[in-house]
Amino acid sequence: MAVDAGLLRELGSVLGPGLLSTPEACVAYECDALTAHRHPPDLVALPTSVEQVQQIVRACHRHSVPVVARGSGTGLSGGALPVAGGLLLVLSRLDEILEVDPRRGLARVQPGVTNLAVSEAAAPYGMYYAPDPSSQVACSVGGNVAENSGGVHCLKYGLTVHNVLAVKLVTMEGELLALGSETGETPGLNLLAAVIGSEGLLGVVVEVTVRLLPIPRRVELLLAAFDDVGRCAEAVGQVIAAGIIPAGLEMMDAPAIKAAEAFARCGYPLDAQALLLCEVDGLPADVDDEIGRARALLEAAGATSVRVARDAGERHRMWSGRKSAFPAVGRLAPDYYCMDGTIPRRHLADVLAQIAALSAIYRLDVANVFHAGDGNLHPLILFDAGKDGELERAERFGAAILEACVAAGGTVTGEHGVGVEKLGPMCSQFGSAELETFHALKLAFDPAGLLNPGKAVPTLARCADYGALRVHGGQLPHSHLPRF
Amino acid sequence: MALIDTPPGQDHTDALVERVRAASNAKMPLRIVGGDTKCFYGRPVAGETLALAGHYGVLSYDPAELVITARGGTLLGEIEALLARHGQRLPFEPPSFGSLATLGGTVAAGLAGPSRVALGPVRDYVLGARLLAGDGRVLKFGGEVMKNVAGYDVSRLLAGSLGILGVLLEVSLKVLPVAHGTRTLRRSIAAQDAIDLLGAAAQRGLPLTGSFWSTGELHVRLEGSPSGLDEVVPAIGGDLLDESAAAALWHSVREQTHAYFTSAHPLWRLSLPATAAGAALLHADRVAFEWNGAQVWLNGVERQTIDLVTRTAGGHATLFRREDAKDGVTGEVFAPLPAPLLDLHRAVKRVFDPAGILNPGRMYADL
Repeated sequence: MAVDAGLLRELGSVLGPGLLSTPEACVAYECDALTAHRHPPDLVALPTSVEQVQQIVRACHRHSVPVVARGSGTGLSGGALPVAGGLLLVLSRLDEILEVDPRRGLARVQPGVTNLAVSEAAAPYGMYYAPDPSSQVACSVGGNVAENSGGVHCLKYGLTVHNVLAVKLVTMEGELLALGSETGETPGLNLLAAVIGSEGLLGVVVEVTVRLLPIPRRVELLLAAFDDVGRCAEAVGQVIAAGIIPAGLEMMDAPAIKAAEAFARCGYPLDAQALLLCEVDGLPADVDDEIGRARALLEAAGATSVRVARDAGERHRMWSGRKSAFPAVGRLAPDYYCMDGTIPRRHLADVLAQIAALSAIYRLDVANVFHAGDGNLHPLILFDAGKDGELERAERFGAAILEACVAAGGTVTGEHGVGVEKLGPMCSQFGSAELETFHALKLAFDPAGLLNPGKAVPTLARCADYGALRVHGGQLPHSHLPRF
Repeated sequence: MALIDTPPGQDHTDALVERVRAASNAKMPLRIVGGDTKCFYGRPVAGETLALAGHYGVLSYDPAELVITARGGTLLGEIEALLARHGQRLPFEPPSFGSLATLGGTVAAGLAGPSRVALGPVRDYVLGARLLAGDGRVLKFGGEVMKNVAGYDVSRLLAGSLGILGVLLEVSLKVLPVAHGTRTLRRSIAAQDAIDLLGAAAQRGLPLTGSFWSTGELHVRLEGSPSGLDEVVPAIGGDLLDESAAAALWHSVREQTHAYFTSAHPLWRLSLPATAAGAALLHADRVAFEWNGAQVWLNGVERQTIDLVTRTAGGHATLFRREDAKDGVTGEVFAPLPAPLLDLHRAVKRVFDPAGILNPGRMYADL
């Protein structure tokens, strides 16, 4: 579409070469890691200062042009998909680490700083930033805030929301708001909680203060095999009920185990129906105590084998299978869908049985990897988009899985976000009153409705469509990144 | 593992909806009351009482899931006793300020006790809520699962909202196991030295889950495995308290029955960067602090002094207990918000309570 010449002039004078408006330059930003959805942006802004961000949104606000904020573009749900007639606000050049203070236990960073860079900057002080989404070498802290990103250590260390103390937010009117505080205590409403995970619909995050933690002095990893998925799930419950909170607690079913072993040669027992990776960290004496108790519990719960990694090398090898589960499964079929439901763990065996039954009905294979500690299930549906009707069948299969998660008291997305991908499934989780409240809350922050419109919350009219993540040929953008 | 059987309690949702609808139509303000144990906190509300005490009962609790869901009027004491029977606890160690304190009031007040320093605030543990909005809508946000990024995180927004957005009909909280072992140490130390000691200990990853300094004396609580504790205790130093003395001490800090608090009027609560020397700026006998210096209590000082401390050290102050809670003080008790942020608060309030009838003025005038 034609971009208003006045707006173009205005933005050009603010951004200079930081404004892209030719189709050749803009096409690189046509999608995030949900590649099934693409839309080349008409305008891409690459600001280098907070003031520029304010000037850009003010100009867009005056011209009623929608703004979509984007970090590194590693999101899995299309949250940074450009919208028609809109401006894509790419924050990757706001990439300065403003402050690392081990004494106050915090780092203050610009939104374009990558997740891993925060931990790298803190490492000389023996500290790190806990949330570790699988894309952490590339994903941005601003994007983490937008998606409330998780990782494999959420049970003990929480999501982004538990590790962010404060943000500076630019509203669509260009106002700069400070939410939260260095202590995490703040007068007034806890608006920071609403902003984290709001997928860029409420404001543009231009600065983030994160909590740093001391690097654990000891880490131990235990691998337990089970000949029954239900028994494995039960054992997870027993570990937690016994008062042990592992740093990571990951489960895989037989198809995922076989795929991971074939891919990573990590030494997984191929006859196991379920595998559990249990990582414990902390002070050496506490870790020894917990790993000993966890081992005894898992053996008593019927594990067919339990092994503790002897050293860091073996630990990394044991993790490598789990961490390569997505690409490993991706080799089993031309395409796969990754779902992201969360369920109360006590329903795991039941939901896995339902998924197996659906697999027979839809005549498509599925492998399951599972953040067992926090109930976050990633079923990977295998299909071939080249075969007539398989894509549609896979989509219906995925929707049915999410329905099963909701029916079990869970959610349609545990950590990947709604974006454009799960607008349909959102309709099965929320009633119209809640959806209307979400829309109203957005308008409280963004009365003109110009920030990332159409994402995250379905319109009531939209509530008939269902979608799911499609990956062609196992290839995601950033395919070098592990996905777990 | 499975759900624990609990008595059904009572569901007053319909009656509460009716009351709120009628009040909304009549534009009659309501004062939401659980156990009324924290009525001193915040600004006074003029309105008819909306009592939640009859709306109670634990709806689901499965220790293996680390989640409990209960109605807003459920007694905090009952929830804590139930959790304790299964070796678990509310990690934020909320003060009750009385045996009638309810779950809804606890979450709405958003206050946390000593363990806040290590385990985080109330907000961090809210997983879901059923909310009765100011126009009678019943809305459900979040759920009973740890990871949930579907929709805005409204349930966490409700933590500390003082009832101005809605009535908490049900809340789901993440819970944690009680520590395997615990040690409490007491030593004499100046305020600034104590802050330095605690900061260094936290930075080293010592399992510090409580700190309280008052009148030259520091108490520190450590939690972990018994053998681990034996290793880290010398890093803090001082005398070990026996189990019952330690429990009594932390209870008195949490519930403000400690001698420091019983003589404190008015009582100011300052939230300061942990390294700020704010606590040491004032006369020591008027200061107590928790959370390694991040929560400072000040007793019997003027507002001008408070403003000076927060201006110097950063952070913000709350008039926690007024001279006399009944004397109808109408001034602000929470730190003022910048105008654009206050406007946003008003807009968010309108989303949930368009008629402005729920706890009006409790947080700020005209909110």
